[in-house]
Amino acid sequence: MSKNDILIKVNQLYKIFGDDSNEALNLVKGGMGKDELLEKCNCVLGLNKINLDIRKAKIQVVMGLSGSGKSTLIRHLNRLIEPTSGEILVNNQDILSLSQKELIQFRQNNMSMVFQKFALFPHKTVLQNVGYGLAIQNIPVSEWNERAKKWINRVGLDGYETYYPGQLSGGMQQRVGLARALATDAEILLMDEAFSALDPLIRSEMQNILLDLQNELHKTIIFITHDLDEALKIGDRIAILRDGSMVQDSDPQKNYYGTSR
Amino acid sequence: MDWFFNFPSMERNDLREFKKSVDFTFTDFTRSYGADIEGFFEPLLMFLVWFEKFFINTPWPLIILMILVFAWFGSRSISVLVGTLISFLTIGYFGMWEDTMSTLAIILVATFLCISIGIPMGIAMARSNKIQALVVPILDIMQTIPSFVYLIPVVMLLGIGKVPGLIAVCIYAIPPIVRLTNLGIRLVDKDVLEASDSFGANYWQKLFGVQMPLALPTIFAGVNQTIMMALAMVVIASMIGVKGLGLPVLRAISNQYLALGLMNGLAIVVLAIIFDRVTQKFGLRMQKYRNDGKD
Repeated sequence: MSKNDILIKVNQLYKIFGDDSNEALNLVKGGMGKDELLEKCNCVLGLNKINLDIRKAKIQVVMGLSGSGKSTLIRHLNRLIEPTSGEILVNNQDILSLSQKELIQFRQNNMSMVFQKFALFPHKTVLQNVGYGLAIQNIPVSEWNERAKKWINRVGLDGYETYYPGQLSGGMQQRVGLARALATDAEILLMDEAFSALDPLIRSEMQNILLDLQNELHKTIIFITHDLDEALKIGDRIAILRDGSMVQDSDPQKNYYGTSR
Repeated sequence: MDWFFNFPSMERNDLREFKKSVDFTFTDFTRSYGADIEGFFEPLLMFLVWFEKFFINTPWPLIILMILVFAWFGSRSISVLVGTLISFLTIGYFGMWEDTMSTLAIILVATFLCISIGIPMGIAMARSNKIQALVVPILDIMQTIPSFVYLIPVVMLLGIGKVPGLIAVCIYAIPPIVRLTNLGIRLVDKDVLEASDSFGANYWQKLFGVQMPLALPTIFAGVNQTIMMALAMVVIASMIGVKGLGLPVLRAISNQYLALGLMNGLAIVVLAIIFDRVTQKFGLRMQKYRNDGKD
């Protein structure tokens, strides 16, 4: 395995929100921009011809202002949002051709996700939250309890197993979110502005936790952020989105010093 | 200019014919299918009769004990418990024990029926906007049409007795549970559902693992309302032959017995308050995860 193995390949991906998305798609392919499309078809251009290769065991950062399509893009990777047109290959498998059943399997085994607003289950304890991904795969209770406890320990929340999310601080809640995502042992981790809701000190602490874990686990991580410092700190590659289009995808130094170099 | 001042209505003869044809059609329908429909409800009647007998024939101390256990399980509150005990002792002392037991039986069966039909209906409504668009107007009709109007066809079809009474109570009492189940499920946080999706939960896992538990306090408010509305119907149900606290009230109205009406009316109120407090406290306890601090 060479270190530049591509795990996820996004090809010519378009997403248009609106009723008449097929007609709009043709207009966009013909070169129409976001504002003009909104005026003419009352359709919102979410993603415009995205091509992205994500390398195995690396942290791919996707940056952009709010409304640039970052969150839309990451939700295409596990098909929480269906694309208007395009192709997404994971391990050379076209995930858009998966049936509903196969998609559920795929989500259970291959990808897990960490959310900006944590999205923990308020009625479940920390232990039940972390074990959720395993419990719905019908893994026996004693087994998922044990595996969940291991991850709770790994993110430093020992002793909080029986607490409800509402009883924890923001930083602790996101650790639960992270542990929940790691507990399924999925190879790919999607992180949608996972640390944006945290205050700067906690955020920096969480970034360190993530980097420590990554040194050990070598996951393929897609990390969405709007914070340049965060992107530079954790990204192996940084892609930049603007108005739904990919502006740049390169290693962090190039991003920082500009494309002229 | 006559049409301008007098509404151009249907000819009197035509109108009479129209009403007649509706009436006769329904009478024919009743004649041909009444027995079958009655047979369909036979198990329900048997259950209701058995349940009522159980309440009436069990010695009163045991019944009070059962009610206290239920009140404690629901509310975990000493004051509710004491209030319940005093209320039932008073009801018994004033000679309304048997009627109260009959009312209790029909209320419980009606609530059980409403929950077992209403919750699946609410779930279906929450799942599909089309079903919601179809069911909401029906619920509107059920809630606003005067109860006497649907008593007519029910009595024509099933005669006078417990089952038509039960059906009338259910028609009146089922809308809140359906509406609030639908509302509760629809109000579940979209982010949480997305998280559940992202881990590969299927429809049933999402429904029973995430949506229903989070909607439970709202659904329970619906159960509470359903019980209250069922109790409000007991007097009207007694007009078509349901025994219980409603019957003496009806007698009191026609004979102007103030004391009799007041006593039985207050007994209904007391039942309502007990049910309300117990179910409300239970609903609150189900949301304890929403509060800070460990339990």
